[in-house]
Amino acid sequence: MSKLDSRIPAGPLKDKWKHHKDHMNLVAPNNRDKIDIIVVGTGLAGGSAAATLAEQGYNVKAFCYQDSPRRAHSIAAQGGINAAKNYQGDGDSTYRLFYDTIKGGDYRAREANVYRLAEVSANIIDQCVSQGVPFGRDYGGQLDNRSFGGVQVKRTFYAKGQTGQQLLLGAYSSLSRQIGKGRVKMYNRHEMLDLVIVDGKARGIIARNLVTGEVERHSAHAVVIASGGYGNVYFLSTNAMGSNVSAAWKIHKKGAYFANPCYVQIHPTCIPVHGTQQSKLTLMSESLRNSGRIWVPKKIEDSIAIREGKLRAESIKEEDRDYYLERRYPAFGNLVPRDVASRAAKERCDAGFGIENNDTKEGVYLDFSTEIMKKGRESAIEKHIHNPTDQQLYDLGKSWIEEKYGNLFVMYEKITADDPYKTPMKIYPAVHYTMGGVWVDYNLQSTIPGCFVIGEANFSDHGANRLGASALMQGLADGYFVLPYTIADYLSADIRTGTIPTTSPSFEEAEKGIKDKIDFFLNNKGTHSVDHFHKLLGNIMWNKVGMGRTPEGLREAIKEIDEVRKAFWKDVKVPGDAEGMNTELEKAFRVADFLELGQLMAIDALHRNESCGGHFREDHSTPDGEAERDDVNFKYVGAWEYQGEDINNEVLHKEDLIYDNIEVKTRSYK
Amino acid sequence: MSAKKGLHLTLKIWRQKNNKSKGQFETYKISDVSTDSSFLEMLDILNENLINEGKEPIAFDHDCREGICGMCSLYINGRAHGPDTGITTCQLHMRMFKDGETIVIEPWRSAAFPVIKDLMVDRSAFDRVMAAGGFISVNTSGNTLDANAIPVPKEDADKAMDAAACIGCGACVATCKNGSAMLFVGAKVSQFALLPQGRIEAKRRVLNMVQAMDEEGFGNCSNTGACEVECPKGISLENIARMNREYMSALVDKG
Repeated sequence: MSKLDSRIPAGPLKDKWKHHKDHMNLVAPNNRDKIDIIVVGTGLAGGSAAATLAEQGYNVKAFCYQDSPRRAHSIAAQGGINAAKNYQGDGDSTYRLFYDTIKGGDYRAREANVYRLAEVSANIIDQCVSQGVPFGRDYGGQLDNRSFGGVQVKRTFYAKGQTGQQLLLGAYSSLSRQIGKGRVKMYNRHEMLDLVIVDGKARGIIARNLVTGEVERHSAHAVVIASGGYGNVYFLSTNAMGSNVSAAWKIHKKGAYFANPCYVQIHPTCIPVHGTQQSKLTLMSESLRNSGRIWVPKKIEDSIAIREGKLRAESIKEEDRDYYLERRYPAFGNLVPRDVASRAAKERCDAGFGIENNDTKEGVYLDFSTEIMKKGRESAIEKHIHNPTDQQLYDLGKSWIEEKYGNLFVMYEKITADDPYKTPMKIYPAVHYTMGGVWVDYNLQSTIPGCFVIGEANFSDHGANRLGASALMQGLADGYFVLPYTIADYLSADIRTGTIPTTSPSFEEAEKGIKDKIDFFLNNKGTHSVDHFHKLLGNIMWNKVGMGRTPEGLREAIKEIDEVRKAFWKDVKVPGDAEGMNTELEKAFRVADFLELGQLMAIDALHRNESCGGHFREDHSTPDGEAERDDVNFKYVGAWEYQGEDINNEVLHKEDLIYDNIEVKTRSYK
Repeated sequence: MSAKKGLHLTLKIWRQKNNKSKGQFETYKISDVSTDSSFLEMLDILNENLINEGKEPIAFDHDCREGICGMCSLYINGRAHGPDTGITTCQLHMRMFKDGETIVIEPWRSAAFPVIKDLMVDRSAFDRVMAAGGFISVNTSGNTLDANAIPVPKEDADKAMDAAACIGCGACVATCKNGSAMLFVGAKVSQFALLPQGRIEAKRRVLNMVQAMDEEGFGNCSNTGACEVECPKGISLENIARMNREYMSALVDKG
């Protein structure tokens, strides 16, 4: 029997959230300190939630695996955060942000959730400015905006190329304030390894102190999971090395449904892989597509010569360049959404036009030369320079680019040893953000009562694809403005419960399970490192559950992952001991979870016989290579229920997606 | 990209089981390191070799590997974050080294940053300084003024941003002969002092943060400027000067 009740409030779309807030139960201020809340993860979602809940008066325990909440991977987001402020007067509105997000998500997100996201977006900017986030401003002292892929207005707020950093530090400073007041107890270098359920409700977690190795029990009246995405299942991705799925996967194994795991965003503008020693990939902000033109040579012999180092990009004449995004998608050009841009790059590289001299010959150019000269001319006029030389134009244009994206250009040069002001950047798509995650209802509660999931760890707001600058928006919306209301509705029944003891059989059993696993890993006399298995998994995932998926490939992947998983449990080698810091043991726990999730991702991708957003099935595409969605049969959220160790047995539940306020159309950016 | 070439290197690495035990340098050989690899990828390969030999891998801090999270550290050949300027260790690439070179790798060394294991240190003193005042006391309810209600001069916003770019990696402390945290604290104080929203409690903030900084055992600034040289984010000494001004004026007011 399905437990999928989305609990979307009745009434007109634009009044749902307000009406819901007006009618939810509250916890009175004098009762809040009788309630404990655990928050796992302290990125944008978890950090903002922990700060806000503490400020409201609850006792909060926050956990992160890093040495400080300031290092959560939200910090790496570069380009910006969307908000329907219409400061630029270009026709933006809550409805338009809602519509762009639903359309961008390929009509696989919930209307009510997305509308709420758009509605509170404007508040996020106000909040962050009041916290001292130094957003970019214009000379009149007002906030500046830029534009991002998939939209036709300028609604993206930014702090140079470090928007994620500044928003995270804003949340971290509010969190620090609560830590200083003793309202949040912060557990740095701790990892959640299991969820504890007492009488059907989430009542605590088992965590491991990564410094001492101690396994600890922590109880609470509710548990909030804000542990981010699972992109590292691919081994190579833009995620931080420690980003993992464990918290989300552990609650899945305890009864929370996992929704749409196959929806993975492949970001179009990453630095290409350099070789077999590579450990992770680095993103170049999507905002660069505002100023960069993407191309590969028109003639295949030019591409070959470039790869062989016999020809340089600058020597290819304008008419011999294929600006394939501008050619295929004239309305949006270089600003098409990420999935479209990624697939178009793959298509050109598969056809042999890739320009990078790596093992797979994959890479395309992101060229700023046109923009440098254009901005140079604008600057020259502004500065009253008549008849400027080409060099002068270049210098003026270069300083404009430097002001706007300087740190990204430096970063690129440090990694590749190429100067992107002189030669175009080389980019290629890479795994970036996961739209799938734990299934939650409108209140952000999973199918386990008392277990809430926010930010990238849940599935709700992005659908099959995520537009740029919308992840930061969701993280902060959930943490500052949604969860603090909805969790109160749940907790209002708990004011007389009293402290939850950690001595119950549920805690003992969960702790024992973890200790047994630790014993197993440390005593297993295997022959291969954890990374060895992680790389095998990543390879299968990228090749068969990556940008293009076929039923045959997915069937192979399911079988192969199963085999790698069996080999892992037989042959993994984890050195060191249980006491003290043991980074290999940490990895072993995480990779064990990736191996299970990876299989579920392939199963989900196989069952979804359509293409949508980040899920592109080669057998469901139009003759000109565009995605072919099947709204008749697949307009639903696919949520999986765990059934024990054999992942093949997971049971699919469906939540139909109902669109009352928009017309579901073919997503075209032509 | 440069031609791929395998480097052969000798590594002298600080090993220390935990905070209570004594540490020492161990020597390791490594070969066929691609010049396109990052420094941390080189350590990954070394660790893989150690695991295969049945030994314990070297513990070091790292996470985003994009130069932004501030988690990586390492004193390499006597410099915080190694040779090259304006970068973190994760952005240091092996093309900066020569074939046959010996590389000395140590943890951050400062009384306020105790060693956890090998190359990993505890930087939670920074968090405690932040909890003492590194914030603007505003509720997170969203019931705030419209963001454009208080205009901020672009120059001030840009300067605040430059200060806010600090990643809290601790290179400034590690490289300072006094183990001073004034570049880190100065950057935070400056960011808020430069914005109208942060001005209101500027005095209280600087007094509390400086006091916390002293209590954590960080040393004083003696204006040698080593911190600025090694800062991966180009945080300038100007921030220390601004913090000192803020501090003095707060003291005067306090009487």
